[in-house]
Amino acid sequence: MTNNLIDILQLSTEEIDALIATALDIIDKPGKYAEACRGKKLATLFFEPSTRTRLSFEAAMYELGGNVLGFSDSKSSSSSKGESVSDTVRAVSCYADIIAMRHPKEGAPLVATRKSSVPVINAGDGGHNHPTQTLADLLTIYREKGSFENLTIGLCGDLKFGRTVHSLISAMSRYKGVRFVLISPEELTVPRYIITDVLEAREIEYKEVRSLEDSIPELDILYMTRVQRERFFNEADYLRLKDTYILTPDKLNSAKSDLTIMHPLPRVNEISVAVDDDPRACYFKQVLNGKYMRMALILKLLEVEL
Amino acid sequence: MIIGQIKDGIVLDHITADKGIEIYKTLGLDKLGCMVALIQNAPSQKMGKKDIIKIDKLIDLDLDVLGYIDPNITVNIIEDGERVKRSHLTLPETLTDIIKCKNPRCITSVEQELRHEFRLTNRINKVYRCVYCDAEAPKEL
Repeated sequence: MTNNLIDILQLSTEEIDALIATALDIIDKPGKYAEACRGKKLATLFFEPSTRTRLSFEAAMYELGGNVLGFSDSKSSSSSKGESVSDTVRAVSCYADIIAMRHPKEGAPLVATRKSSVPVINAGDGGHNHPTQTLADLLTIYREKGSFENLTIGLCGDLKFGRTVHSLISAMSRYKGVRFVLISPEELTVPRYIITDVLEAREIEYKEVRSLEDSIPELDILYMTRVQRERFFNEADYLRLKDTYILTPDKLNSAKSDLTIMHPLPRVNEISVAVDDDPRACYFKQVLNGKYMRMALILKLLEVEL
Repeated sequence: MIIGQIKDGIVLDHITADKGIEIYKTLGLDKLGCMVALIQNAPSQKMGKKDIIKIDKLIDLDLDVLGYIDPNITVNIIEDGERVKRSHLTLPETLTDIIKCKNPRCITSVEQELRHEFRLTNRINKVYRCVYCDAEAPKEL
Protein backbone atom coordinates (compact mmCIF):
# COMPACT_ATOMS: atom_id res chain seq x y z
CA MET A 1 0.00 0.00 0.00
CA THR A 2 0.95 3.63 -0.29
CA ASN A 3 1.81 5.45 2.88
CA ASN A 4 -1.76 6.65 3.29
CA LEU A 5 -5.06 5.02 4.14
CA ILE A 6 -7.98 6.43 2.19
CA ASP A 7 -9.98 3.33 1.36
CA ILE A 8 -9.96 0.03 3.25
CA LEU A 9 -9.35 -1.83 -0.02
CA GLN A 10 -5.88 -0.28 -0.23
CA LEU A 11 -4.99 -2.84 2.43
CA SER A 12 -4.56 -6.42 1.29
CA THR A 13 -5.95 -9.16 3.52
CA GLU A 14 -2.34 -9.94 4.49
CA GLU A 15 -1.80 -6.33 5.57
CA ILE A 16 -5.02 -6.45 7.60
CA ASP A 17 -3.79 -9.66 9.22
CA ALA A 18 -0.51 -7.91 10.07
CA LEU A 19 -2.36 -4.91 11.59
CA ILE A 20 -4.51 -7.26 13.67
CA ALA A 21 -1.38 -9.08 14.85
CA THR A 22 0.15 -5.75 15.91
CA ALA A 23 -3.08 -4.70 17.65
CA LEU A 24 -3.22 -7.99 19.55
CA ASP A 25 0.41 -7.54 20.57
CA ILE A 26 -0.39 -4.00 21.79
CA ILE A 27 -3.27 -5.38 23.87
CA ASP A 28 -0.97 -8.05 25.26
CA LYS A 29 2.14 -5.90 25.86
CA PRO A 30 1.16 -2.19 26.04
CA GLY A 31 4.45 -1.25 27.71
CA LYS A 32 6.42 -2.32 24.65
CA TYR A 33 4.70 0.42 22.60
CA ALA A 34 4.57 3.21 25.19
CA GLU A 35 7.50 5.13 23.65
CA ALA A 36 7.17 3.94 20.06
CA CYS A 37 6.20 7.37 18.66
CA ARG A 38 8.21 9.54 21.02
CA GLY A 39 8.87 12.90 19.29
CA LYS A 40 6.24 12.31 16.58
CA LYS A 41 3.16 14.48 16.10
CA LEU A 42 -0.28 13.52 14.83
CA ALA A 43 -2.42 16.30 13.34
CA THR A 44 -6.14 15.67 13.69
CA LEU A 45 -7.89 17.79 11.05
CA PHE A 46 -11.59 17.42 11.77
CA PHE A 47 -13.59 19.64 9.44
CA GLU A 48 -16.74 17.94 10.72
CA PRO A 49 -17.67 17.28 14.35
CA SER A 50 -16.70 13.92 15.81
CA THR A 51 -16.16 12.79 19.35
CA ARG A 52 -15.25 9.17 19.17
CA THR A 53 -12.99 9.01 16.15
CA ARG A 54 -10.98 12.09 17.04
CA LEU A 55 -10.51 11.04 20.66
CA SER A 56 -9.62 7.54 19.52
CA PHE A 57 -6.87 8.88 17.26
CA GLU A 58 -5.61 11.16 20.00
CA ALA A 59 -5.65 8.41 22.63
CA ALA A 60 -3.87 6.10 20.17
CA MET A 61 -1.08 8.61 19.57
CA TYR A 62 -0.68 9.43 23.28
CA GLU A 63 -0.47 5.74 24.15
CA LEU A 64 2.33 5.41 21.60
CA GLY A 65 4.21 8.22 23.37
CA GLY A 66 3.56 10.80 20.64
CA ASN A 67 1.87 14.19 20.64
CA VAL A 68 -1.26 15.58 19.02
CA LEU A 69 -2.26 18.90 17.47
CA GLY A 70 -5.22 19.92 15.36
CA PHE A 71 -8.76 21.25 15.33
CA SER A 72 -12.14 19.67 15.87
CA ASP A 73 -14.42 21.93 13.89
CA SER A 74 -14.03 23.65 10.53
CA LYS A 75 -15.11 26.93 12.17
CA SER A 76 -11.84 26.96 14.08
CA SER A 77 -9.73 26.34 10.96
CA SER A 78 -8.83 28.49 7.97
CA SER A 79 -11.34 26.59 5.86
CA SER A 80 -13.93 28.94 7.39
CA LYS A 81 -12.01 31.69 5.55
CA GLY A 82 -12.32 29.75 2.33
CA GLU A 83 -8.95 27.96 2.37
CA SER A 84 -8.77 24.87 0.19
CA VAL A 85 -8.08 21.39 1.55
CA SER A 86 -4.89 21.32 -0.52
CA ASP A 87 -3.49 24.46 1.08
CA THR A 88 -4.49 23.46 4.62
CA VAL A 89 -2.80 20.09 4.28
CA ARG A 90 0.30 21.47 2.65
CA ALA A 91 0.75 23.80 5.61
CA VAL A 92 -0.08 21.21 8.27
CA SER A 93 2.35 18.69 6.85
CA CYS A 94 5.08 21.19 7.75
CA TYR A 95 4.18 20.74 11.43
CA ALA A 96 3.11 17.12 11.81
CA ASP A 97 4.46 13.65 11.01
CA ILE A 98 1.08 12.12 10.19
CA ILE A 99 -2.44 13.48 9.54
CA ALA A 100 -5.87 12.09 10.37
CA MET A 101 -8.56 13.95 8.44
CA ARG A 102 -12.34 14.00 8.65
CA HIS A 103 -14.18 16.10 6.10
CA PRO A 104 -17.84 16.41 5.07
CA LYS A 105 -16.93 16.37 1.37
CA GLU A 106 -16.32 12.99 -0.20
CA GLY A 107 -12.80 12.56 -1.55
CA ALA A 108 -11.25 15.37 0.52
CA PRO A 109 -8.66 13.04 2.14
CA LEU A 110 -7.63 11.81 -1.33
CA VAL A 111 -7.04 15.44 -2.34
CA ALA A 112 -4.98 15.80 0.84
CA THR A 113 -2.67 12.91 -0.09
CA ARG A 114 -1.70 14.71 -3.28
CA LYS A 115 -0.34 17.72 -1.41
CA SER A 116 0.82 16.24 1.86
CA SER A 117 4.42 15.30 2.48
CA VAL A 118 3.38 13.06 5.40
CA PRO A 119 1.00 10.08 5.60
CA VAL A 120 -2.73 10.89 5.54
CA ILE A 121 -5.42 8.75 7.16
CA ASN A 122 -9.04 9.15 6.11
CA ALA A 123 -11.00 9.54 9.34
CA GLY A 124 -14.30 9.71 7.43
CA ASP A 125 -15.25 11.62 4.28
CA GLY A 126 -18.97 12.42 4.06
CA GLY A 127 -21.04 9.35 3.34
CA HIS A 128 -18.17 7.75 1.44
CA ASN A 129 -15.43 5.89 3.36
CA HIS A 130 -14.36 5.41 6.95
CA PRO A 131 -11.54 2.86 6.80
CA THR A 132 -10.35 3.08 10.41
CA GLN A 133 -13.87 2.30 11.64
CA THR A 134 -13.68 -0.77 9.42
CA LEU A 135 -10.36 -1.70 11.03
CA ALA A 136 -12.10 -1.46 14.42
CA ASP A 137 -14.94 -3.61 13.07
CA LEU A 138 -12.54 -6.20 11.70
CA LEU A 139 -10.62 -6.53 14.97
CA THR A 140 -13.94 -6.89 16.81
CA ILE A 141 -15.11 -9.62 14.43
CA TYR A 142 -11.76 -11.38 14.68
CA ARG A 143 -11.72 -11.26 18.49
CA GLU A 144 -15.34 -12.39 18.78
CA LYS A 145 -15.42 -15.01 16.02
CA GLY A 146 -11.77 -16.05 15.67
CA SER A 147 -11.97 -15.85 11.86
CA PHE A 148 -13.49 -13.84 9.01
CA GLU A 149 -14.80 -16.85 7.11
CA ASN A 150 -18.24 -18.51 6.92
CA LEU A 151 -20.18 -15.69 8.58
CA THR A 152 -23.68 -14.38 7.90
CA ILE A 153 -23.56 -10.64 8.44
CA GLY A 154 -26.72 -8.58 8.83
CA LEU A 155 -26.39 -4.86 8.19
CA CYS A 156 -29.36 -2.86 9.40
CA GLY A 157 -30.55 0.74 9.11
CA ASP A 158 -29.14 3.41 6.84
CA LEU A 159 -27.27 1.39 4.25
CA LYS A 160 -27.34 4.23 1.71
CA PHE A 161 -25.36 6.93 3.47
CA GLY A 162 -23.72 4.68 6.08
CA ARG A 163 -20.07 4.85 5.04
CA THR A 164 -19.05 2.26 7.63
CA VAL A 165 -21.43 -0.19 5.97
CA HIS A 166 -19.91 0.31 2.52
CA SER A 167 -16.38 -0.15 3.80
CA LEU A 168 -17.29 -3.23 5.86
CA ILE A 169 -19.03 -4.91 2.92
CA SER A 170 -16.00 -4.25 0.71
CA ALA A 171 -13.58 -5.57 3.32
CA MET A 172 -15.56 -8.68 4.32
CA SER A 173 -16.37 -9.62 0.71
CA ARG A 174 -12.80 -10.81 0.35
CA TYR A 175 -13.26 -13.73 2.77
CA LYS A 176 -14.61 -17.19 2.02
CA GLY A 177 -18.15 -18.17 2.88
CA VAL A 178 -19.35 -14.68 3.89
CA ARG A 179 -22.97 -13.79 3.10
CA PHE A 180 -24.82 -10.55 3.70
CA VAL A 181 -28.37 -9.77 4.78
CA LEU A 182 -29.03 -6.12 3.94
CA ILE A 183 -31.87 -4.80 6.12
CA SER A 184 -33.08 -1.29 5.32
CA PRO A 185 -36.10 0.76 4.33
CA GLU A 186 -36.61 1.14 0.58
CA GLU A 187 -35.20 4.69 0.65
CA LEU A 188 -31.96 3.74 2.37
CA THR A 189 -30.81 0.65 0.50
CA VAL A 190 -27.15 -0.02 -0.31
CA PRO A 191 -25.99 2.05 -3.32
CA ARG A 192 -26.27 0.17 -6.58
CA TYR A 193 -22.51 0.20 -7.18
CA ILE A 194 -21.87 -1.76 -3.98
CA ILE A 195 -24.23 -4.43 -5.29
CA THR A 196 -22.82 -4.56 -8.82
CA ASP A 197 -19.14 -3.79 -8.31
CA VAL A 198 -18.58 -5.60 -5.00
CA LEU A 199 -21.20 -8.23 -4.22
CA GLU A 200 -22.15 -9.38 -7.71
CA ALA A 201 -18.66 -8.92 -9.14
CA ARG A 202 -17.29 -11.26 -6.47
CA GLU A 203 -20.30 -13.59 -6.56
CA ILE A 204 -21.06 -12.98 -2.89
CA GLU A 205 -24.39 -14.28 -1.59
CA TYR A 206 -26.64 -11.47 -0.38
CA LYS A 207 -30.27 -10.54 0.05
CA GLU A 208 -32.04 -7.22 0.56
CA VAL A 209 -34.88 -7.35 3.08
CA ARG A 210 -37.09 -4.95 5.05
CA SER A 211 -37.72 -6.89 8.29
CA LEU A 212 -35.16 -6.99 11.10
CA GLU A 213 -37.19 -9.48 13.17
CA ASP A 214 -37.40 -12.05 10.36
CA SER A 215 -33.68 -11.84 9.67
CA ILE A 216 -32.25 -12.06 13.19
CA PRO A 217 -32.28 -15.89 13.63
CA GLU A 218 -29.87 -16.55 10.78
CA LEU A 219 -27.25 -13.93 11.68
CA ASP A 220 -23.78 -14.44 13.15
CA ILE A 221 -23.19 -10.69 13.22
CA LEU A 222 -25.77 -7.89 13.42
CA TYR A 223 -24.33 -4.51 12.47
CA MET A 224 -26.78 -1.74 13.40
CA THR A 225 -26.41 1.80 12.06
CA ARG A 226 -27.89 5.17 12.82
CA VAL A 227 -30.03 7.10 10.36
CA GLN A 228 -27.83 10.18 10.08
CA ARG A 229 -29.63 13.51 10.16
CA GLU A 230 -26.59 15.27 8.65
CA ARG A 231 -26.79 13.20 5.43
CA PHE A 232 -30.32 14.37 4.57
CA PHE A 233 -31.09 17.50 2.60
CA ASN A 234 -34.71 17.16 3.65
CA GLU A 235 -35.62 17.13 7.36
CA ALA A 236 -39.03 15.54 6.67
CA ASP A 237 -37.36 12.49 5.10
CA TYR A 238 -35.08 12.12 8.11
CA LEU A 239 -37.96 12.28 10.59
CA ARG A 240 -39.95 9.71 8.59
CA LEU A 241 -37.10 7.18 8.52
CA LYS A 242 -35.19 7.65 11.76
CA ASP A 243 -37.16 5.18 13.89
CA THR A 244 -37.54 2.42 11.30
CA TYR A 245 -35.44 -0.12 13.19
CA ILE A 246 -34.97 -0.31 16.94
CA LEU A 247 -33.20 -3.32 18.44
CA THR A 248 -34.77 -4.39 21.74
CA PRO A 249 -34.18 -7.39 24.05
CA ASP A 250 -37.45 -8.95 22.75
CA LYS A 251 -36.16 -9.04 19.19
CA LEU A 252 -33.03 -10.83 20.36
CA ASN A 253 -35.00 -13.79 21.75
CA SER A 254 -34.79 -15.56 18.41
CA ALA A 255 -31.11 -14.70 17.81
CA LYS A 256 -28.20 -17.12 18.01
CA SER A 257 -26.58 -17.38 21.43
CA ASP A 258 -23.24 -16.31 19.96
CA LEU A 259 -24.57 -13.42 17.86
CA THR A 260 -22.20 -10.44 17.80
CA ILE A 261 -24.09 -7.13 17.94
CA MET A 262 -22.10 -4.24 16.54
CA HIS A 263 -22.69 -0.53 15.96
CA PRO A 264 -20.18 2.11 14.83
CA LEU A 265 -21.69 4.59 17.36
CA PRO A 266 -22.92 7.12 18.16
CA ARG A 267 -26.36 5.58 18.52
CA VAL A 268 -29.49 7.61 18.93
CA ASN A 269 -32.24 5.14 19.72
CA GLU A 270 -31.71 2.29 17.26
CA ILE A 271 -30.41 0.01 20.01
CA SER A 272 -32.35 0.04 23.25
CA VAL A 273 -30.15 0.75 26.29
CA ALA A 274 -31.55 -2.48 27.74
CA VAL A 275 -29.53 -4.40 25.13
CA ASP A 276 -26.24 -3.02 26.52
CA ASP A 277 -26.11 -5.62 29.29
CA ASP A 278 -26.61 -8.51 26.88
CA PRO A 279 -23.27 -10.36 26.56
CA ARG A 280 -23.76 -10.36 22.79
CA ALA A 281 -23.54 -6.54 22.68
CA CYS A 282 -20.06 -5.66 21.42
CA TYR A 283 -20.36 -2.01 20.41
CA PHE A 284 -18.37 -0.64 23.30
CA LYS A 285 -15.69 -3.28 22.68
CA GLN A 286 -15.57 -1.92 19.11
CA VAL A 287 -14.64 1.50 20.50
CA LEU A 288 -11.68 0.06 22.37
CA ASN A 289 -10.66 -2.09 19.42
CA GLY A 290 -10.70 1.02 17.27
CA LYS A 291 -8.02 2.61 19.40
CA TYR A 292 -5.79 -0.46 19.15
CA MET A 293 -6.16 -0.66 15.39
CA ARG A 294 -5.43 3.05 15.02
CA MET A 295 -2.29 2.52 17.09
CA ALA A 296 -1.29 -0.34 14.79
CA LEU A 297 -2.03 1.78 11.72
CA ILE A 298 -0.03 4.78 12.96
CA LEU A 299 2.94 2.49 13.61
CA LYS A 300 2.66 1.03 10.14
CA LEU A 301 2.33 4.35 8.31
CA LEU A 302 5.18 5.92 10.29
CA GLU A 303 7.22 2.78 9.59
CA VAL A 304 8.08 2.41 13.26
CA GLU A 305 9.95 -0.82 13.90
CA LEU A 306 10.17 -2.25 17.40
CA MET B 1 -23.37 12.16 -52.84
CA ILE B 2 -19.73 12.85 -53.66
CA ILE B 3 -17.34 14.37 -51.18
CA GLY B 4 -13.81 14.94 -52.43
CA GLN B 5 -10.63 13.37 -51.11
CA ILE B 6 -8.57 15.32 -48.61
CA LYS B 7 -4.84 15.87 -48.97
CA ASP B 8 -3.74 16.44 -45.37
CA GLY B 9 -6.30 15.82 -42.67
CA ILE B 10 -8.30 13.37 -40.59
CA VAL B 11 -11.16 11.02 -41.34
CA LEU B 12 -13.23 9.80 -38.42
CA ASP B 13 -14.91 6.66 -39.67
CA HIS B 14 -17.35 4.14 -38.16
CA ILE B 15 -19.03 6.74 -35.96
CA THR B 16 -22.22 5.31 -34.54
CA ALA B 17 -25.09 6.77 -36.59
CA ASP B 18 -26.45 9.98 -34.98
CA LYS B 19 -23.32 10.58 -32.88
CA GLY B 20 -21.57 12.55 -35.63
CA ILE B 21 -23.20 15.83 -34.72
CA GLU B 22 -22.26 15.41 -31.02
CA ILE B 23 -18.64 14.79 -31.97
CA TYR B 24 -18.69 17.72 -34.40
CA LYS B 25 -19.85 20.01 -31.59
CA THR B 26 -17.67 18.56 -28.84
CA LEU B 27 -14.48 18.83 -30.90
CA GLY B 28 -15.42 22.39 -31.91
CA LEU B 29 -15.06 21.57 -35.60
CA ASP B 30 -17.25 24.54 -36.54
CA LYS B 31 -14.48 26.84 -35.32
CA LEU B 32 -11.62 25.35 -37.35
CA GLY B 33 -12.02 27.59 -40.39
CA CYS B 34 -11.15 24.74 -42.77
CA MET B 35 -13.30 22.41 -44.83
CA VAL B 36 -15.16 19.89 -42.65
CA ALA B 37 -17.68 17.34 -43.91
CA LEU B 38 -20.15 15.58 -41.66
CA ILE B 39 -21.80 12.66 -43.39
CA GLN B 40 -24.75 11.13 -41.58
CA ASN B 41 -26.32 7.72 -42.10
CA ALA B 42 -23.77 6.51 -44.65
CA PRO B 43 -24.27 2.85 -45.59
CA SER B 44 -21.93 0.47 -43.74
CA GLN B 45 -21.50 -3.28 -44.18
CA LYS B 46 -20.42 -3.68 -40.57
CA MET B 47 -22.79 -1.25 -38.86
CA GLY B 48 -25.75 -0.94 -41.23
CA LYS B 49 -25.37 2.83 -41.18
CA LYS B 50 -22.73 5.10 -39.77
CA ASP B 51 -21.60 8.71 -39.57
CA ILE B 52 -18.28 9.95 -41.01
CA ILE B 53 -16.42 13.21 -40.40
CA LYS B 54 -13.73 14.46 -42.77
CA ILE B 55 -11.48 17.31 -41.63
CA ASP B 56 -9.30 18.98 -44.24
CA LYS B 57 -6.57 19.83 -41.74
CA LEU B 58 -4.26 17.93 -39.37
CA ILE B 59 -5.36 18.91 -35.86
CA ASP B 60 -4.64 17.57 -32.38
CA LEU B 61 -7.53 15.34 -31.42
CA ASP B 62 -8.40 14.43 -27.85
CA LEU B 63 -8.72 10.68 -28.35
CA ASP B 64 -9.98 10.24 -24.77
CA VAL B 65 -12.97 12.44 -25.52
CA LEU B 66 -13.61 10.64 -28.77
CA GLY B 67 -13.24 7.21 -27.15
CA TYR B 68 -15.63 8.17 -24.39
CA ILE B 69 -18.32 9.43 -26.77
CA ASP B 70 -17.96 6.52 -29.17
CA PRO B 71 -15.31 3.80 -28.77
CA ASN B 72 -16.24 2.33 -32.18
CA ILE B 73 -14.61 5.18 -34.10
CA THR B 74 -11.68 4.59 -36.44
CA VAL B 75 -9.30 7.54 -36.77
CA ASN B 76 -7.48 7.81 -40.13
CA ILE B 77 -4.64 10.28 -40.57
CA ILE B 78 -4.18 11.41 -44.17
CA GLU B 79 -0.96 12.96 -45.49
CA ASP B 80 -0.35 13.80 -49.16
CA GLY B 81 -3.61 12.08 -49.98
CA GLU B 82 -2.48 8.78 -48.44
CA ARG B 83 -3.62 7.17 -45.21
CA VAL B 84 -0.49 7.04 -43.02
CA LYS B 85 -2.06 5.93 -39.74
CA ARG B 86 -5.20 4.20 -38.65
CA SER B 87 -6.22 3.82 -34.99
CA HIS B 88 -9.15 2.03 -33.42
CA LEU B 89 -10.42 3.72 -30.30
CA THR B 90 -11.31 2.07 -27.02
CA LEU B 91 -12.88 3.41 -23.86
CA PRO B 92 -10.11 5.33 -22.07
CA GLU B 93 -9.10 4.05 -18.62
CA THR B 94 -9.30 7.55 -17.16
CA LEU B 95 -11.05 10.80 -18.05
CA THR B 96 -9.71 14.11 -16.83
CA ASP B 97 -11.77 17.29 -17.12
CA ILE B 98 -13.99 15.76 -19.79
CA ILE B 99 -17.04 15.21 -17.62
CA LYS B 100 -18.01 16.87 -14.36
CA CYS B 101 -18.90 15.10 -11.13
CA LYS B 102 -22.53 15.92 -10.32
CA ASN B 103 -22.43 14.71 -6.69
CA PRO B 104 -23.00 17.79 -4.49
CA ARG B 105 -21.19 16.02 -1.62
CA CYS B 106 -18.02 15.54 -3.70
CA ILE B 107 -14.91 17.57 -2.93
CA THR B 108 -14.81 18.61 -6.60
CA SER B 109 -17.86 20.79 -5.90
CA VAL B 110 -15.85 23.11 -3.63
CA GLU B 111 -12.09 22.62 -3.98
CA GLN B 112 -10.40 25.34 -6.02
CA GLU B 113 -9.17 24.25 -9.48
CA LEU B 114 -9.47 20.56 -8.69
CA ARG B 115 -9.58 18.52 -11.88
CA HIS B 116 -12.56 16.25 -12.39
CA GLU B 117 -11.16 12.74 -12.76
CA PHE B 118 -13.03 9.54 -13.51
CA ARG B 119 -11.82 5.96 -13.86
CA LEU B 120 -13.37 3.18 -15.91
CA THR B 121 -14.80 0.56 -13.54
CA ASN B 122 -16.95 -1.51 -15.89
CA ARG B 123 -15.94 -1.69 -19.56
CA ILE B 124 -18.96 -3.72 -20.69
CA ASN B 125 -21.51 -1.30 -19.27
CA LYS B 126 -19.32 1.78 -19.84
CA VAL B 127 -19.32 2.80 -16.18
CA TYR B 128 -16.99 5.56 -15.04
CA ARG B 129 -16.70 6.60 -11.40
CA CYS B 130 -15.35 9.78 -9.84
CA VAL B 131 -11.95 9.01 -8.29
CA TYR B 132 -12.89 11.15 -5.28
CA CYS B 133 -16.44 10.12 -4.35
CA ASP B 134 -17.13 7.04 -6.52
CA ALA B 135 -20.26 8.65 -8.00
CA GLU B 136 -21.15 7.25 -11.40
CA ALA B 137 -20.52 9.54 -14.35
CA PRO B 138 -23.34 10.48 -16.69
CA LYS B 139 -23.35 8.23 -19.79
CA GLU B 140 -23.30 11.21 -22.14
CA LEU B 141 -21.23 14.38 -22.11
